[in-house]
Amino acid sequence: MFREERGLLLAALVRRFGDLDLAEEVTSEAIEAALVHWPAEGVPPKPGAWLMTTARRKAVDRLRRDQAYAARLAVMQVEADRAAPAPAPDGELPDERLQLFFTCAHPALPAEDRAALTLRCLAGLTTPEVARAFLVPSATMGKRIVRAKNRIRTLRIPFRVPDPAELPGRLPGVLQVVYSIFTEGYAASSGPDLQRLDLAEEAIRLARILRRLLPGEREVTGLLALMLLIHARRDARTGPDGDLVLLDAQDRTRWDRALIDEGTPLVELALTGGPPGLYGVQAAIAALHDEAPDVATTDWPQIVALYDVLRGLAPSPVVDLNRAVAVAMRDGPAAGLALLDALASEPRLREYSPFPAARGDLLSRLGRHPEAAAAYRDALALAGTEPERAHLRRRLAEVAGP
Amino acid sequence: MKYMLLINAATDADGQAVSQCTFEDWQVYDKSVKDAGIFVTGHSLADLTTATTVRVDDRGERVVTDGPFAESREVLGGYYVIDVPDLDIALDWAARCPGARDGGSMVVRPVASFED
Repeated sequence: MFREERGLLLAALVRRFGDLDLAEEVTSEAIEAALVHWPAEGVPPKPGAWLMTTARRKAVDRLRRDQAYAARLAVMQVEADRAAPAPAPDGELPDERLQLFFTCAHPALPAEDRAALTLRCLAGLTTPEVARAFLVPSATMGKRIVRAKNRIRTLRIPFRVPDPAELPGRLPGVLQVVYSIFTEGYAASSGPDLQRLDLAEEAIRLARILRRLLPGEREVTGLLALMLLIHARRDARTGPDGDLVLLDAQDRTRWDRALIDEGTPLVELALTGGPPGLYGVQAAIAALHDEAPDVATTDWPQIVALYDVLRGLAPSPVVDLNRAVAVAMRDGPAAGLALLDALASEPRLREYSPFPAARGDLLSRLGRHPEAAAAYRDALALAGTEPERAHLRRRLAEVAGP
Repeated sequence: MKYMLLINAATDADGQAVSQCTFEDWQVYDKSVKDAGIFVTGHSLADLTTATTVRVDDRGERVVTDGPFAESREVLGGYYVIDVPDLDIALDWAARCPGARDGGSMVVRPVASFED
């Protein structure tokens, strides 16, 4: 309950005081006060408003104590109040988290800081939790978050929602941040575990908030759909020993029907009423996989067509790689392999373990076992997590023979 | 909040500006900055070949050299200091400047304030 309330409270206080640090400190203090008072006195009828009043009172106290701070903030506070009158103290909290999304994802912040700040400020994770999420020491993450907050203050990065005219330019950055949190959860880039389910779930939670705040933005809907449809397969993606299990070998009865049923209609919404967006198309691909009873009956022609659309929207060697795999499923491994070999000179694929892994798979299906073994060895050298390496070692053993 | 907009013009191998912008483009921009009431100061710099560099060495001796010459593809061609409420607005003004086009770029930096 506090986690949800924390983001709301923080956003409202940032709006009012224009200072992320101050807002964070008094938010924490208000929640601490609640933990002391509520068990004894009972939960107030409007917990959010109680927290807001407490936090605001603490902020004002702090400003009075710190004259220099007060002088600087007085200006901001006047500006903030002029821009939007403060909510009635007994009212419900206005939802100002959207501003915070855009601030945390501002392009003037280093890309690596954006996801960290979003998890800290919007998902309500503590700094040690964010540090664990990115597998860096807590002190390092603490410094990064301080640096990002200083940058917001000294550059005066505004806390505001972009105008409708600016939105198409700024929203992709916000979606990218949320999706990068998800992808780190879905396929950890390093560490012992293949998946970081907590991170994937945080990203979905953030996307749900974002969709509530921007219900008309189809790419927001598409992103939420995409993440739900991929997350639905989480339990089937690892074997009993934590091993990676690829799509063709997954036990589809272990896919999460509830998430698929939630995500599928969102795909339709995301693709209706205009040219398709990046996330909507990817969600459509995920939906085709999720709907199929098995790999053989998957609608591969449709998936290839969607990859073609995706290629038009955002050309990338990784999209070409995935398309080649889909072509292999539609037209046979030789056709796919020809496409993969044409990509061999792509610098971005040279360090990307799924590329040699896909080659190894197609080569082994063509019976070219020595070449498949070489490809799996290349992939092993590049793989970042132990479950991925274990999977590749198993495939290597299958083709390498005695 | 004051921001300095540094105008970095793209140059060709001979150090000549490659911008397609006309004198009128710059006049229009200059006028719009002044009409908006955000202009603090700003200058256009003379050609980079007119630059002179001075250093003071360990013994306190002055060393004066001509240059710098264009070693990079972009050279500082001028600057504006504007006073606007936040970074987004500063970036908007920088993006509108003719110096941002044709391979040039604008660097936006807040002017430090020691008053608070």
